Amino acid sequence: MIGINPFSILSEIVSPIAMQGFILVMVILIVSGTIIQMIIHKNITYFFNNAKKAKLAATREISAGEKISIIAKTVVYDIGTTAELGFGKRRLAHVLGMYGTILFWISSVILIFCYTGAEKTSSLTWSTLWHVGAILTCIGGYWFWLFLRVDVFSEAHPWYRIIKADLFVLALLACATFGLAWSYTQYNGLTTLSFLFLTLFVVSNLILFGGVYWSKFAHMFYKPGAAIQKNLAEADGSRDNLPPPADAPEQFGLGIKREQPKHY
Amino acid sequence: MSTFVYMTRCDGCGHCVDICPSDIMHIDENIRRAKNIEPNFCWECYACVKACPNHAIDVRGYADFAPMGHSVRVRREEEKGTISWKIKFRNGTEKNFVSPITTKPWGKFIPKLAEVAKPNQAEINSQILYSEPKGLNINGELPTIPKESFKKGVYY
Repeated sequence: MIGINPFSILSEIVSPIAMQGFILVMVILIVSGTIIQMIIHKNITYFFNNAKKAKLAATREISAGEKISIIAKTVVYDIGTTAELGFGKRRLAHVLGMYGTILFWISSVILIFCYTGAEKTSSLTWSTLWHVGAILTCIGGYWFWLFLRVDVFSEAHPWYRIIKADLFVLALLACATFGLAWSYTQYNGLTTLSFLFLTLFVVSNLILFGGVYWSKFAHMFYKPGAAIQKNLAEADGSRDNLPPPADAPEQFGLGIKREQPKHY
Repeated sequence: MSTFVYMTRCDGCGHCVDICPSDIMHIDENIRRAKNIEPNFCWECYACVKACPNHAIDVRGYADFAPMGHSVRVRREEEKGTISWKIKFRNGTEKNFVSPITTKPWGKFIPKLAEVAKPNQAEINSQILYSEPKGLNINGELPTIPKESFKKGVYY
């Protein structure tokens, strides 16, 4: 099942053009949802005002080369490994979910645009990546949602309490789960179940991409920007008014290790 | 004054929720980031400011007390055992301080009062507190300052 392109089997009843059109509609929904959110929530206005303030408070000029190097390091380390989450389960779950989702989405686009249709060849690699991406998304996502999300971990709320902030993660998990279930049932010839899971897969995609304005979807665009600004502010000395790293006298010794925030 | 959270820096880790002695730092239901749900009840203990690993929490001064862009920010570095403070006055003056971390591990060093003998009336009436004088690392009575040593013009 893992090496089979599920969209290729679907193309016997649904035109590949319709599938490609669906993807384009999803892209339009992401772009429009994010732009409307930026206009109404004024995220970008805040971001640029903050950058201007930081520039005024800068104590040293950063050269273009240094700026590029800081941005590159931020992209590779801070963004690529979600460094702000520290070392622990949250970061691992986030990295699994993030790379799983990226694989899932990219392979969906490539499978539908390049390997789905009557005269198209099949691709074992991209079909496998689609399934692996969905599985990684499920592992990272369910781990986060059931055990690690802060309202369960630190506030002691039960795992089944759903709030608006869950819209993104639950819609994403629904996409990956129903996508896998649809692929499995379709591969095994379970027609009724396969149609049911396909419908749920389509609906969860519509909720995920159609709900960008209301959900946390756009954090994947804002967070990298915030990480770059934070590291540039450290380098130019403005540091958002934070003190510089301490030049610690020896007698201060080691501080206590940070404990898990679970003392409710 | 009360705390507020920079949403671009907060990652919803829950350390401020965990440490707030007033239980007013909570997780926002819409964006899953920390927020101060009751600024009036914040006593500016700075526990959450120091606990935040992303320096996402700041304290806003009341306009009559600290107007025109003052700032008090803190950086906690566990591996060095230090807490650094940067105090920026409204006239642009800056003060930087570095202190050691003296926090004790959670749940440790809690006096087991139930196992200790009940205080008698004289001890209750005394100015000496439960942990004194041992806790002050002194023997005997609390230190006092003789009245004669005060500067001229200070009367009690």
